[in-house]
Amino acid sequence: MIYLDNAATSWPKPPGVLKAMADVLERAGGNPGRSGHRLSIAAAQVMYETREKLASFFHVRDPLRVIFTSNATHAINIALAGLLKPGDHVVTSSMEHNAVMRPLRSLEKRGLKLSVVPCASDGSLDVSDVARAVKNNTRLVVVNHASNVVGTILPVAQVASIAHRAGALLLVDAAQTAGSIPVDVQAMGVDLLAFTGHKGLLGPTGSGGLIIGDKVDASLMEPLMRGGTGSQSALEEQPNELPDKFESGTPNVIGIAGLGAGIDWIMERGIEAIRAQEEELTRVLITGLCNIPGIKVHGTLDASRSTAIVSITAAHKTVSDIGLSLDEEFGIMCRVGLHCAPAAHKTVGTFPQGTVRLATGAFTSKDDISTAVAALQKVIS
Amino acid sequence: MTYGVVLFHTTSSAMRAEKLLIKEGCAIKLIPTPRELSSDCGIAVRFCWSECQRIKSVLEAAGVEVDTVRQIQS
Repeated sequence: MIYLDNAATSWPKPPGVLKAMADVLERAGGNPGRSGHRLSIAAAQVMYETREKLASFFHVRDPLRVIFTSNATHAINIALAGLLKPGDHVVTSSMEHNAVMRPLRSLEKRGLKLSVVPCASDGSLDVSDVARAVKNNTRLVVVNHASNVVGTILPVAQVASIAHRAGALLLVDAAQTAGSIPVDVQAMGVDLLAFTGHKGLLGPTGSGGLIIGDKVDASLMEPLMRGGTGSQSALEEQPNELPDKFESGTPNVIGIAGLGAGIDWIMERGIEAIRAQEEELTRVLITGLCNIPGIKVHGTLDASRSTAIVSITAAHKTVSDIGLSLDEEFGIMCRVGLHCAPAAHKTVGTFPQGTVRLATGAFTSKDDISTAVAALQKVIS
Repeated sequence: MTYGVVLFHTTSSAMRAEKLLIKEGCAIKLIPTPRELSSDCGIAVRFCWSECQRIKSVLEAAGVEVDTVRQIQS
């Protein structure tokens, strides 16, 4: 069995993740921040530890500006709904996932002005196009850090400079990069970072977060959800303090504990080492697939400019047939289709049929890659 | 015994304070916020009143968001 669907969710997880989650149920099973007894405090401590780890991992000065969410989609929705008003102008790229596109298209119907900057067919973004797209009333620029379709990494720091010169904020969708590529929100100039816990960060599904940078006045952001926070319970209005303002309802303590253990594993191994291994495997995979007649590899074909994602199509076989053969005949798991990113597939030229996406992860071996290349050779011929 | 309690707006601030104060070797205990003082955050930091200045300066130096510091008898 070879798992090459790490861009959808990483598998397997480090043993410490499973242990941390079981430990919470066993010894920290209270509701954090709701009661003052030892099990409640233990749960609150587990959450705070992960909050600090995330702050340190992404170079965030204040851990209380790390907001826990269910996933990156949830984080993106909090940011967009919180910041944008009818009449605001937003710039985004044509390589975005529907986690960004759908909320933006919905806001557009209610008066938001949206500019979608076209990317090249390899997924790359010319920053001068972003510079041309920003206007006086541009409130926000939203880009992915790397494409979930072809893996192409976008020049986030350069986009940040352009956004800031125009007086706009930058929201980055780091679903595909958090835990796989170093992310330093200060050095990169990222104002809001949306990430998921269950991909590169090696935590469980249902964990993730939004980082609200120092430059963002969170008191002006409308919360997406309102409700109990355990704090300021005498008030019938939502509190303004972070992180409570955006964390209504009992949180996913078990998932957050697992996420913390995922970060521990990454820190121990070193994110640079993880990146180097994934880049090398991706390079081998791209080379191997490019040598198979009948297969077209999409994207930059340059592992150093991409995450560990390789997207392919074949001249004489549908992507769903390829996916089925890989799973049934070879036990190789990948994801086929549109990957919730129709705009990106239109940009790449693979809409509506989609691609076969092979995504290596922290536990993929070189043998896995050569087996996958040999299997695809057989499937295609 | 005269104690002091630090009250916070959020549980996260209380957790941050607890971690910092323990690291600094302060003798503290997390307790349910005394109802007569506040209904804000459910958890408060209790300390011996004689330690008040030290506690305050540790939290201030780290920039921990504090609601208020109050004296209690128990």
